[in-house]
Amino acid sequence: MGMTMVEKILAAHAGEEEVKPGQLVNAKLDLVLGNDVTTPVAIKEFNKIGVEQVFDQDRIAIVPDHFAPNKDINSAEQCKMIREFAHDKEITNYFEIGEMGIEHCLLPEKGLVLPGDIVIGADSHTCTYGALGALATGVGSTDMAAGMATGEAWFKVPETIKFVYNGQLQEWVSGKDLILYTIGDIGVDGALYKAMEFTGEVIEDFSMANRMTMSNMAIEAGGKCGLIEPDETTLEYVKDRAQRDYTVYKSDVDAEYAEVIEYDVSEIEPQVAFPHLPENTKGISEVGEIKIDQAVIGSCTNGRLEDLRIAAKVLEGQKKADHIRLIIFPGTQEIYRQAMHEGLIDIFLDAGAAVSTPTCGPCLGGHMGILAKGERAIATTNRNFVGRMGHPESEVYLSNPAVAAASAIKGQIVGPREVR
Amino acid sequence: MEIKGQVWKYGDDVDTDVIIPARYLNTSNPKELAKHCMEDIDENFVDKMSNGDLIVAEDNFGCGSSREHAPLAIKAAGVSCVIANSFARIFYRNSINIGLPILECPEAVAGIAEGDQVEVDVDSGLIKNLTKEEEYQAAAFPEFMQELIDAGGLVNYVRRRVKNNE
Ligand code: SF4
Repeated sequence: MGMTMVEKILAAHAGEEEVKPGQLVNAKLDLVLGNDVTTPVAIKEFNKIGVEQVFDQDRIAIVPDHFAPNKDINSAEQCKMIREFAHDKEITNYFEIGEMGIEHCLLPEKGLVLPGDIVIGADSHTCTYGALGALATGVGSTDMAAGMATGEAWFKVPETIKFVYNGQLQEWVSGKDLILYTIGDIGVDGALYKAMEFTGEVIEDFSMANRMTMSNMAIEAGGKCGLIEPDETTLEYVKDRAQRDYTVYKSDVDAEYAEVIEYDVSEIEPQVAFPHLPENTKGISEVGEIKIDQAVIGSCTNGRLEDLRIAAKVLEGQKKADHIRLIIFPGTQEIYRQAMHEGLIDIFLDAGAAVSTPTCGPCLGGHMGILAKGERAIATTNRNFVGRMGHPESEVYLSNPAVAAASAIKGQIVGPREVR
Repeated sequence: MEIKGQVWKYGDDVDTDVIIPARYLNTSNPKELAKHCMEDIDENFVDKMSNGDLIVAEDNFGCGSSREHAPLAIKAAGVSCVIANSFARIFYRNSINIGLPILECPEAVAGIAEGDQVEVDVDSGLIKNLTKEEEYQAAAFPEFMQELIDAGGLVNYVRRRVKNNE
């Protein structure tokens, strides 16, 4: 019997010939990640373990991005704690304000996650790196602590669901729409405890940005990870970034899947997920009249250069509606700089947008764009839970960057065809 | 460990943003977090519950973020056990790692109503509904997880291993 990519990666890291779904294994880690919310808890736990040093100073990444730049005194204390820990333990990959970015945009850009890796991150969207063909999964702070101390973690080998996307994409339809559509189809627990594998001709044609957007939201379907087989596009992306060896794993043709789900993308239009779950999706033509107060473009889901280019294409020469707040936050400093060189930032400023330094800020209702009671936002982020972006009685609608930009212009949720 | 208390019941997809909203994540102090436990789904939860009470919910409890603050807040609020049809995987993992007893048991979820008095034996997975005089059997943990639980969570387990290797 053949093995899936996930099974092969786990087997290789656990020193086994073969692993089977359901089996518990102890596996070696290639990278352990934490942010300014989860790392403070991890440090407290790490200090209880009784080791002096982390397992490998080059294999830990710490990124203050959630409440950074420090939003208040408490966040400043949390950031200080992780900064001092990183300094103390001589952790190479600590990224300070000014050189940081949203962790899941930053790590691939820096070449810190590579095909065939096992990565655990004390952040649920660690699954983003599945786009590179890595087994990357979110864990909690205690796992991060144990991972930093030992370089290992326990895993239950997951079953895999294979998703196949074929057909011709409609205009303005992107990876975000395919993943929202998929979550709408299988539900927020549709892939619970399972690995997702995204395949098909549409995925093969996708850029890394689109692939990362899809893998990013595997967790919104309850998935442990969301993998895409490395190909030319992947290798081109990692070529000048990788500073260590890596291995490409591909699923065997006779690998066993829990399920195979096929989609003809030709029928999929831009998607909007209604409050308060990512599974409440509708095609843009079925949205109806929904007025908004704020449009947010960015995050680890859609804060990459390609996303900003799409937003700029829609916003060029246009203005946001009067009563709207349009907030754009690039994923990393590099993306920010490139957006500036390409003139995208000018387009945003002309459109009346507030452009922010990279931060998670508005995405999790942290700072830089909190919603008041009764307010509504359209956002290119990944979660629209109750209170996610502010007041428990506010609402978040999820979409791709083109829809968010078009909605900002109209003051209500519309597709880009309405404005271009 | 004795687990016995009154049940507070919730539905599907109780996410980590309602268990502990992100606006309170600028601290990791469990006592501070506990004050806001379940606030966005049930404003008075912390006031009305008593130490030792249980949460019973339906599908996919704890979905969303990886914040360990969620099980920490529940534990620090005094909740003794969470029973659900299913748990989101990171929440499940975190709960085991920090030593918050959680059990998957659809029969119990179907049988237990809000306000019922319930007693749980985590080792055997036996759940007794004292109000209705019913019993439900949850699957016992796999051996390795039982080891983690017996050690008092992942950190204790790893500390022991590190010591033994020295
Ligand atoms: S951008 Fe949002 S979803 Fe992504 S890591 Fe930051 S808070 Fe989490």
